[in-house]
Amino acid sequence: MTIVTIARLTIAEAVRRRIVLVLIVLTLVSVSLTTLGVERLVSLARASGTNDLQVQVGVSQILILVAFMFSFVLAMTAAFLGAPAIAADLESGVAAAMLARPIRRAELVLGRWLGLVLVVVAYAVASGLLEIAGVDAVSGSAPPYPFLAVGFHAAQAVVLLTLALALSTRLPAIASGAICVVLFGLAWMAGVFAGIGAFFGAGPLVGAAEATRWLLPTDVLWRGTVYGLEPSLIGAIAGQRVGPAANANPFYASAPPPTAFVVWSAVWIALVLGLAIWSFSRRDL
Amino acid sequence: MRVGAGEVFGFLGPNGAGKTTVVKLLLGLTRPTGGRATVLGAPIGDRLTRRSIGYLPELFRYQPWLNAREVLELHASLIGGSAGPSPSDIGRGLEEVGLADRANDRVGTFSKGMQQRLGLAVALLGGPRLIVLDEPTSALDPAGRADVRGIIAGVRDRGATVFLNSHLLSEVERVCDRIAIVDRGRVLASGSLDDLLGGEVLRLRVTGLAPDARSELAQFGPVTAGGDDWLSIGGVPPDRHPDVVAFVVRRGGRVHAVDGGRRGLEDRYLELIRGNQS
Repeated sequence: MTIVTIARLTIAEAVRRRIVLVLIVLTLVSVSLTTLGVERLVSLARASGTNDLQVQVGVSQILILVAFMFSFVLAMTAAFLGAPAIAADLESGVAAAMLARPIRRAELVLGRWLGLVLVVVAYAVASGLLEIAGVDAVSGSAPPYPFLAVGFHAAQAVVLLTLALALSTRLPAIASGAICVVLFGLAWMAGVFAGIGAFFGAGPLVGAAEATRWLLPTDVLWRGTVYGLEPSLIGAIAGQRVGPAANANPFYASAPPPTAFVVWSAVWIALVLGLAIWSFSRRDL
Repeated sequence: MRVGAGEVFGFLGPNGAGKTTVVKLLLGLTRPTGGRATVLGAPIGDRLTRRSIGYLPELFRYQPWLNAREVLELHASLIGGSAGPSPSDIGRGLEEVGLADRANDRVGTFSKGMQQRLGLAVALLGGPRLIVLDEPTSALDPAGRADVRGIIAGVRDRGATVFLNSHLLSEVERVCDRIAIVDRGRVLASGSLDDLLGGEVLRLRVTGLAPDARSELAQFGPVTAGGDDWLSIGGVPPDRHPDVVAFVVRRGGRVHAVDGGRRGLEDRYLELIRGNQS
């Protein structure tokens, strides 16, 4: 019950501090502009005689780039919502007043996490589906697995949010947010290095890059989003012409993330959340 | 150190003495490195015991985007239990601290004094058996301080215990039944005001008195020199005050002020703290 109270408080905070309003306005602006851009490009392409298959491939690539923009924005949002969730309450004294009540520290961490997850997932799902629907409406091209793409998109945000929350139990908000952003970028680069390393048969490089991707599963989840947005034709062409090196391209996925990795991502979230509870329970206020 | 049920207990000490640390230990916000203590019969840090404790932190701040009523509703929800505070309790609480007409205003628009009043309402919510107030009047004007004294008296009348951390010695002197003075993590003295302050003291502001004459003042009682030419002589009954003044004048001293009565808490506090730090 306390977890629900704190989750509701967290959502109310996001609404009253206009975070939700800002996200809605920015999403509407982004979706409108990108949809308008896709409509113009498709009209120009069709007018110049480009066939439907080429248009479909072109639209899918634009959609993946737009998804990457949303992924980046979502990662920043998750990091900067999660980073102050505990740290700012500690600095302001709000946490001390609440924890003097008969509540467990775990309940505060879980309540904060649950409230922020609901905000971030709602944002990810709404912005993702709206963008896909908008592009489909103006181009007639729909990605093969839109819900899979949006699901991986949201999962990526939950991973970063959980990491930011765990760091904020010990570090100031700004430091936690900065660490998350840097690690997000590193995991993305690790995906590129893993692809290049595989092409050259560089075992140690691939090992290090893959380890990084398992330590912070955001890039593999991002590839899941790409897979969901990519027509199967692109996979077939890339597989034939470029081979395994195609995986070095961060906007390409030859296959969805393996089930084991999806399970690992869920375990990773549970482990980091457990670490956050353990860390917060042991610190003196 | 022991605080009895139903007492208003003053906890005094200089900055860094460990007062807030003690409060945090009592509430389970900080873990002890050693030793043992109990609150309301349970070991410190016991979660369910906190249902019977109200707390006003020194660095009070409540969610600025909530209104005053919502802050109390949140804390009522966190207290939980079948006998948790009701909406009418919340209304009464706001009234008690003078915030009834600001109940629906956001806390972010409150002055520091109003936030402190809100903190008091939060601490009093649910009729706790123990109320821990860490500097409860630091942001209040004189009228607000008088209100807080009234609130503390009301809490005592209903049988609850108040643990009061404060730098304002005059406030402590007016409301507390018993006091402890701490420094560097040690209790220097504790007891009732009578125990701590002792009997009558005569205070004189004197200039021009030769050192040997000053020493001879000891015939009336133990002499302590304060700042600004003040001398304190312990154990001088009121009927002997004129004799002391006559002695000083006879020995060439000039008497600027005479103050009879019990020694002030501030004198006793400074004596203990300076003694401990020298």
